[in-house]
Amino acid sequence: MATQEPGHGDCLLEVRGLTKIFGELRANDGIDLEIRSSEIHALLGENGAGKSTLVKMLFGSLEPTSGQIIWKDKPVVISSPGQARALGIGMVFQHFSLFEALTVAENIALSMDDDVSIENIAEQAAVLSREYGLPLDPNAHVADLSVGERQRIEIVRTLLQNPELIILDEPTSVLTPQEADKLFETLEKIRSEGRSVLYISHRLEEVQRICDRATVLRHGKLTGDCDPRAETPASLATMMVGSEVKSVSNTGGNITDQVLIETKQLSAPARTPFAVELKDIDLTVRAGEIIGIAGVAGNGQSELFDVLSGEETTDNAGDLRICGTDAGRMGISARRLLGAGFVPEERHGHAAVSSMSLSENMVLARHMSDASTFLTGGPLKIIRYDAVKNASERIIKEMDVRMSGVDPEASSLSGGNLQKFIVGRELDRKPSVIIVNQPTWGVDAGAASRIRQALIDLADAGSAVVVISQDLDEIFEVATSIAVINEGRLSEAEPASDMTLERIGLLMGGIHGEDSPVGDTEMEAAHAH
Amino acid sequence: MSLIEAVLLTITTAATPLLLAAMGELVAERSGVLNLGVEGMIVMGAVVAFAIAQLSGNPYLGALCGAIAGCVFSLLFGLLTLTLVTNQVATGLALTILGLGLSGMIGESFVGEPGVQLEPIAIPLLDQLPLLGPLIFKQDAIFYLSILCVIGVSWFLFRTRLGLQLRAIGDSHGSAHALGISVIKTRYYAVMFGGACAGLAGAQLSLVYTPQWVENMSAGRGWIALALVVFASWRPLRVLAGAYLFGAVTIGQLHAQALGFGIPSQFLSALPYLATILVLVIISRNRRLTLMNTPASLGQSFVPDR
Repeated sequence: MATQEPGHGDCLLEVRGLTKIFGELRANDGIDLEIRSSEIHALLGENGAGKSTLVKMLFGSLEPTSGQIIWKDKPVVISSPGQARALGIGMVFQHFSLFEALTVAENIALSMDDDVSIENIAEQAAVLSREYGLPLDPNAHVADLSVGERQRIEIVRTLLQNPELIILDEPTSVLTPQEADKLFETLEKIRSEGRSVLYISHRLEEVQRICDRATVLRHGKLTGDCDPRAETPASLATMMVGSEVKSVSNTGGNITDQVLIETKQLSAPARTPFAVELKDIDLTVRAGEIIGIAGVAGNGQSELFDVLSGEETTDNAGDLRICGTDAGRMGISARRLLGAGFVPEERHGHAAVSSMSLSENMVLARHMSDASTFLTGGPLKIIRYDAVKNASERIIKEMDVRMSGVDPEASSLSGGNLQKFIVGRELDRKPSVIIVNQPTWGVDAGAASRIRQALIDLADAGSAVVVISQDLDEIFEVATSIAVINEGRLSEAEPASDMTLERIGLLMGGIHGEDSPVGDTEMEAAHAH
Repeated sequence: MSLIEAVLLTITTAATPLLLAAMGELVAERSGVLNLGVEGMIVMGAVVAFAIAQLSGNPYLGALCGAIAGCVFSLLFGLLTLTLVTNQVATGLALTILGLGLSGMIGESFVGEPGVQLEPIAIPLLDQLPLLGPLIFKQDAIFYLSILCVIGVSWFLFRTRLGLQLRAIGDSHGSAHALGISVIKTRYYAVMFGGACAGLAGAQLSLVYTPQWVENMSAGRGWIALALVVFASWRPLRVLAGAYLFGAVTIGQLHAQALGFGIPSQFLSALPYLATILVLVIISRNRRLTLMNTPASLGQSFVPDR
């Protein structure tokens, strides 16, 4: 694969000791990376591992705190995306920046620097898209195109600039399997021309399939540099989720027999081509128990959360029981009235309205479940601001939320502080059931431990807790039992004290391991493709 | 001149101000700015054009000053909505109210004064054509400008890079900004073009249509122009067709009254708006039509992040 080209050496891009510090957070800590000519190089890591930060520095949108970038044996400073493009680095973003009302050719023309006529660009784009097997109609309107086709526009747009290194940020996260197969063919074609690809992903299977080498990041640090084809999914997963698992601090003291959440053979079809179908989910959570649901991103975590919280209802009311009541057909507020609380993954726009104040956000979530506290009686249901103010002050004090001013807008808080408030908003009700998705994603260490402690305290007080998380450290820290979700199937929950990292890695990879204690039917079911 | 010729000629005269004002608004809306102040800009153009023409005796100077007045008035709108980021709908409505009041004050001494008419210019040979000759080739300068405006705007929007950038801004100002296109500057130019067109439309009213000054003489044409842009789903040639259709309805309503038809004139005056609602319903019927036809960032303020 290391084809020597005249004019430059084997190494196209080299990164030495690259570090980026945001305040207290070391988003990238002394990263070394080497990308050779004509190779597909994987950058692996969980959400928040620092992949995007690294790539942004390579593309000139972020300035490194320290470290060196060497492009074709020459040290360079990349200060803007334009400069990166001039060097020969192109990037395809995860969220596209296309104009829906314009045609494909017009979209491409807008990002071209030269004043080429639209007809010429249409022609060039058509030739290029044929060459790479990326069928595109230059005169089609973007609004009519599928996500896969839109990604092709971005790729063709990047290829038209004739780059030597193409960075793809989680390209398959929006693609159907068929579209992904086509993308892989294109990437192999790009490689065969002597260009290199930096392929960001957390999907082990595709990385093993198409990548020549892999660099693995975890918590901003380099944890692996390997040939993915020589590794097993379990060993790759171990590099991604870390091996420094802390001792289990929560073995669960007083788990009772009272079942508060129960699903039996819960299935939900995929709602979009990119969603995951939930298959035969069996989940039982008792009072005092914390179930951690681990898994690689995009295996059905958000779909499971939606079904449990009531954002999506199930077909039969009995598919889900909360506190002994059939809740499958209930909406979110009705489930809250049963004593449940929910913390979704997205802080802005989902768990909180960014432009509204903290107390208003609290009323929005709890106006039904705590109507008697926050609203006056009668038909008008006027908001009782004194009660609201007391409650939000109580939450702020309880969760140690740091903010400026009295009752500021949600958008003015840092991620960690807003998350503390959102979790506190639910805990303040003393819910008997709480379901949280990625409770400490992108949150600083102090806030994360505050949130985890609060969840443990709630379980100790006799509530049932479900923590969906991609952070294994977190799961080991809080959970009494651990289950793994893979391709929409949930493994049987096992006591955290019996769980080993190897076993979780195998369950997460979704691939049979010869050395694993198979034979139990749940495992068979969980891994059937 | 036959009766049909005379009717068609009045339709042309009625359609020209609608066409001009709507073309200007189309450009502004294509860039994502909703300027509801069209009525105010028309009436300002009308009063300034009349006053300058009357004082100087030169209707061309009057028309030019009418366009400039509309442009300056729209600049006020631009300053408020683009630089100071005020709400576009509220600011546009305020501009209309201000324009109606201010023009009444400026025009007070001109009420009842005889005006100066913009004389038709015959284009040699072509004006000898039967029917088309007097209808199209023996018209005033503003009529010719309105037709050139349609051709020019079509060419600009769909054939030039700047036009492409303007449409891109109207579709997604965030993405356009990320690509390095100057959103605010482009919108200023688009708004000012819209103002100049509306001002010229006003000049046509007070120099061609009825060469005199009457308070509130725009008589709701700004609103029809706004409706027309939506009716035409933001396409210049459809604006041309729509302007003549709405112009015909206006004239038809007068003739229907004169001939004593049983249709209430109020119904006919409401027709343009009913047609617009119908078009909106059709466009909103499916997501694709909405995405393809509506500038997606229309009416949204843009603040570039630093």
